[in-house]
Amino acid sequence: MAEQMTGAEMVVQALIDQNVQHIFGYPGGAALPIYDAIFQQDSVQHILVRHEQGATHMAEGYARSTGKPGVVLVTSGPGATNAVTGLTDALMDSIPLVCITAQVPTTLIGSDGFQECDTVGITRSCTKHNYLVKRVEDLPRVLHEAFHIATSGRPGPVVIDIPKDVQFALGEYTRPEADGFRHSSYKPQTQGDLEAIKVAVEMMLRAERPVIYSGGGVINSGPEASKHLRELAELTGFPVTSTLMGLGAFPASDPQWLGMLGMHGTYEANLAMHDCDLMINIGARFDDRITGRIDAFSPDSTKVHVDIDPAQINKNVRVDLPIVGDCGLVLEEMVRLYRSITNEPRTEAIADWWKQIEGWREVKSLNYTPSETTIKPQYAIARLYEMTKDRDVYITTEVGQHQMWAAQHFHFDKPNRWMTSGGLGTMGYGLPAAVGVQVAHPDALVIDIAGEASVQMTMQEMSTAVQYRLPIKIFILNNERMGMVRQWQDLLHGGRYAHSYSESLPDFVKLAEAYGGKGIRCDNPAELDAAIQEMLDYPGPVLFDVLVEKDENCLPMIPSGKPHNEIILPDTANIGSIIDEKGRQLV
Amino acid sequence: MNAHLLPTGSAYFITKETDAPERHTLSVLVDNEPGLLARVVGLFSARGFNIESLTVSETEHDKGLSRITVVVVATPKVLVQIKLQLERLVPVHKVHDLTAEGASLERELALIKVGGSGEHRAETLRLADAFRANIVDATTESFVFEVTGKPSKIDSFISLMVPLGLIEVVRTGVAAISRGPEGM
Repeated sequence: MAEQMTGAEMVVQALIDQNVQHIFGYPGGAALPIYDAIFQQDSVQHILVRHEQGATHMAEGYARSTGKPGVVLVTSGPGATNAVTGLTDALMDSIPLVCITAQVPTTLIGSDGFQECDTVGITRSCTKHNYLVKRVEDLPRVLHEAFHIATSGRPGPVVIDIPKDVQFALGEYTRPEADGFRHSSYKPQTQGDLEAIKVAVEMMLRAERPVIYSGGGVINSGPEASKHLRELAELTGFPVTSTLMGLGAFPASDPQWLGMLGMHGTYEANLAMHDCDLMINIGARFDDRITGRIDAFSPDSTKVHVDIDPAQINKNVRVDLPIVGDCGLVLEEMVRLYRSITNEPRTEAIADWWKQIEGWREVKSLNYTPSETTIKPQYAIARLYEMTKDRDVYITTEVGQHQMWAAQHFHFDKPNRWMTSGGLGTMGYGLPAAVGVQVAHPDALVIDIAGEASVQMTMQEMSTAVQYRLPIKIFILNNERMGMVRQWQDLLHGGRYAHSYSESLPDFVKLAEAYGGKGIRCDNPAELDAAIQEMLDYPGPVLFDVLVEKDENCLPMIPSGKPHNEIILPDTANIGSIIDEKGRQLV
Repeated sequence: MNAHLLPTGSAYFITKETDAPERHTLSVLVDNEPGLLARVVGLFSARGFNIESLTVSETEHDKGLSRITVVVVATPKVLVQIKLQLERLVPVHKVHDLTAEGASLERELALIKVGGSGEHRAETLRLADAFRANIVDATTESFVFEVTGKPSKIDSFISLMVPLGLIEVVRTGVAAISRGPEGM
């Protein structure tokens, strides 16, 4: 069974044994033995990035769109520190990553060697787990264990730091099936407590104003979980809303869909959360963007919380019925138990509730004032959606107003089609994430809905897209502002726009051409459709510079320190007077 | 600082925590591996939990297991979070809240250096005897006492030594174990 090979060869062999087809990386001195091993094989394709942060976001996009772990390979020192943002992003959004970092030889560790940094020290708090492998004997076990930890339970990033001498050392390689798991205590609970699930179903059968609040956990659990969520919704007739991370788990085209909830969620979703009598949280973590003011959060509801991570239970919001387990398995049991009692949806019992929800829907909180002279950002996304909805489309975003508009106006019917940085809010996520998605799905349409500020943070990865002929479309809503910052300055700081406008912007068309891609610009609503079509028809990477209305606010919005029922609607004239002194301190 | 109110420095959690903080002793069974202590301590600082006392040592060499005894002061809600967050760490096997789970024993060892001469020396020795402190070092101008017992006993011995010429103190931190036949 055991084969003799070098540590570097073990890394490659373990990737092959873990069915890894693509890795994202950047070479450097300490990583050279691994790169040499990669050079001598054809099973694993290495995608050369332009910056290590790009590699981590590509791996995130790859992971999120496939359900498989994303793999990153970087060198010591700056290679590792550049990866930190992406690792933290993956930790916050529960994305399975395995990041291999090279390290200076064990004899030099601690000597302030060239390109040395304390990688395990730096990444301890931004990984699910990390390893420094000082002996080649430990390497095969650690490599396999890392994949197991990254992908099981609540997924997350795992770092393996491998000193250069360990990469050169000869040792015995063991296959993944060899039983050598070091951490016997690591056993995530996946099966939910049946008694608790029974109680949850009984609650559903009594509820008069229920709402299902689903999150990223349903996506992470896999396509089966989304299927069971749809079954449960159909079976019960309950309305469904979801967090930013959960979009796509429930089809946006379904009449039971309320739209996204939270700070920029729809009026109907947030009011339903506020006034419900039963809240069924499946795979979400009561994030502060969701709850708003916590002591006024859904005051009269009984709360059920399904989460694979026990530490999320009662962390922010006290719940009445916690169920620790995998969302997919718990949903399956819920459906089965509900069916064993009745096949009837609670149509009549919740008819009044639906009537109330329809009333909230009438508010049409996502409406915006159209314009014939300037392109409204919402209009741009709505047109992009209309022109691509029949295709196999994957959307990534950067962070800010455009991200929220994309969540509001682009509609998802399938899971794994929406890649965005939710927890950490990383500007610069979307372009490399799109590259990662395109690597995994070469024939799909992959679009990064971007802002002109965010996209410049990782613009260099355009070069990666060109190198590997990845036809990603970068759809920049260019308002020459850091729009969300500007909006908050309007809300909180008297419209004093400190450093929230972009001067000296590059000519994105020329920039695209300089990289070897295609550039398109459009500032006329009447020409937008034709320009989008031009983007879609081009077989390579495109930077599309959409010049949009500069001072549009992203609404609706639950301002800081306010409960859900004090949401600001689009017809509000002066948003500068809404937030009080206390609310101003909040983020 | 209350970790529940300020999990990541965000001021979003404006509800006031009304429960009073309590002192609890946790016993944590962990894999003895490099970086483990940094992982535990890093978790406490990252989430704003306070450590009152921390004691770590390998306890089962064959299995490579260590036992950490950590004393924390936190509200009941935060205590639950501390336990759950510790249990999320991959090398952590079990976390027991000894204070909450029934009767337990706590012991600590202190080395206490006391100076002085004449009348004071006799009084120092009488008190040391009463506290069953051992003399582990003596000079004509000083003693070093070794005291073991509950932290409160050590606290009172130290406070008695202050007027008699206390020079310095080192303490091991609390080691704790549950009473009765059950193990962790």
